[in-house]
Amino acid sequence: MGEAKILIRDDAIATSDTHGEVERKLGVTELLWNDGFVRKAVIIVVLAAIWEAYGSLLDNPLLFPTFHDTVLALVDRVRDGTIPLRAWASLKVLFMGYAAGITLAAILTIVAISTRIGTDFLETVTAMFNPLPAIALLPLALIWFGLGNGSLVFVLIHSVLWPVALNTHSGFKGVSNTLRMVGRNYGLRGFPYVVRILIPAGFGAILTGLKIGWAFAWRTLIAAELVFGVSSGQGGLGWFIFENRNLLDIPAVFAGLLTVILIGLVVENLIFRTIERNTVQKWGTQS
Amino acid sequence: MPALLDVSGVTLRYKTSSAVVTATERVGFSVDRSDRFVLLGPSGCGKSTLLKAVGGYIKPSEGSMRINGRDISGPGADRMMIFQEFDQLLPWKSVLGNVMFPLLMTRRLPRKEAEQRARAYLEKVGLTRVVDAYPHTLSGGMKQRVAIARGMAMEPDILLMDEPFAALDALTRRTCQDELLQLWGETRFTVLFVTHSIAEAIKIGNRILLLSPHPGRVKAEVIDVDQVSSEDGSAARLERQIHDLLFAGSATAH
Repeated sequence: MGEAKILIRDDAIATSDTHGEVERKLGVTELLWNDGFVRKAVIIVVLAAIWEAYGSLLDNPLLFPTFHDTVLALVDRVRDGTIPLRAWASLKVLFMGYAAGITLAAILTIVAISTRIGTDFLETVTAMFNPLPAIALLPLALIWFGLGNGSLVFVLIHSVLWPVALNTHSGFKGVSNTLRMVGRNYGLRGFPYVVRILIPAGFGAILTGLKIGWAFAWRTLIAAELVFGVSSGQGGLGWFIFENRNLLDIPAVFAGLLTVILIGLVVENLIFRTIERNTVQKWGTQS
Repeated sequence: MPALLDVSGVTLRYKTSSAVVTATERVGFSVDRSDRFVLLGPSGCGKSTLLKAVGGYIKPSEGSMRINGRDISGPGADRMMIFQEFDQLLPWKSVLGNVMFPLLMTRRLPRKEAEQRARAYLEKVGLTRVVDAYPHTLSGGMKQRVAIARGMAMEPDILLMDEPFAALDALTRRTCQDELLQLWGETRFTVLFVTHSIAEAIKIGNRILLLSPHPGRVKAEVIDVDQVSSEDGSAARLERQIHDLLFAGSATAH
């Protein structure tokens, strides 16, 4: 029987003085283009340019004001304080409805995961009410709660509650059996078990639910304000748009729409992105 | 001295959607302090189910299980589980946070002392460099080391290990086995270890319980396993014997 031989070939030492290219610095343009924010900013600039070009071609500010007319109207209305005031009025109602919706969703899902009948209840009611557009409840809400914030908060709760409850529940259901056993191993049960294990483990789905809930709520609110907006003398952004359409101040209508878009973008890209970066992305549970 | 863990006449059944399956039937064994007790058998012999029952996750339909003279009635931190799956670490906690988590949740130690102890055990498993990393950045072997450090930091009565190295590559598995033995040499903890690899059972254990499948019954118990060595070929001989014993039935049946 023969024996195997080991031949030492230390190539790394022999060629250490003629080191190959291990790392190459990227150029400035390459670096900038790799930043998603820069790429998206370029897209927005291009869209604004197209808008401006089409607006000046049409030359009819009553139908379609140019980009710079809209921006001027926006700056004007921001300066005199109308838009910030209206936006704040809208956001205040939104926060009330959003917070109430999330609280109810939390209660509903915690009941749903602790009992089987609770799960059935959640699945049945979400199946019933999720497809129902919140705005369709507004006429009814007006009868029940009158022409005030109460009606708005009611439809907001409806638009937030079901998507958040549905996503939170599926997030809880998706928590791996191993993690559940780990949590129980340390004697966690009941509420501490939900807070310490289920919520962080299902946070990706919960965050998705919060995002969908936010988008639904924001849309519903603006739409509801268009139908009726004046409560205690101060309407929100939806009312601002409606009012200026009646005054045929179309650049201001566009400015109002732009504000709706801007607030949506800020919440989505600043608030939710920051939460995402510091949670699910840091934990590697979502890329 | 009474045994640390006493399992006698335990039958475990679980329900599937269409039937009640008997996983183990009247299984009995006892583990003493500082034992490295291995449950060995082919898949379907109910060894993992048995370990989960000791962990308190499954109630036996007959028989009794006692730890330190107390009946096992549910999961508890006196029996720390270490699983095969890499996702047993909490992804939202750093390595240090993971090891501290059970110490804090069971109010065993205040935060400061928990951190000290966690760091000490992470040093034992050689992970001082990654204490602040999050689990998803670690390799499989490192994740299992964190899980072992987390289990040991609680200084439980017994460590329950459910094929902890089965999902690792062969080289890492050997390193992890060696490290586990080295750790045992330092602290002499008690461990109940489940595996389907005969070689691993011989390497890790000082006692081996052989289980036969469908349903799981005790076939034999091997003692003084730590007396054999791989140098003089006695380990290989024992491996051969155990193999013949486990597959004797199926060999004649075919």
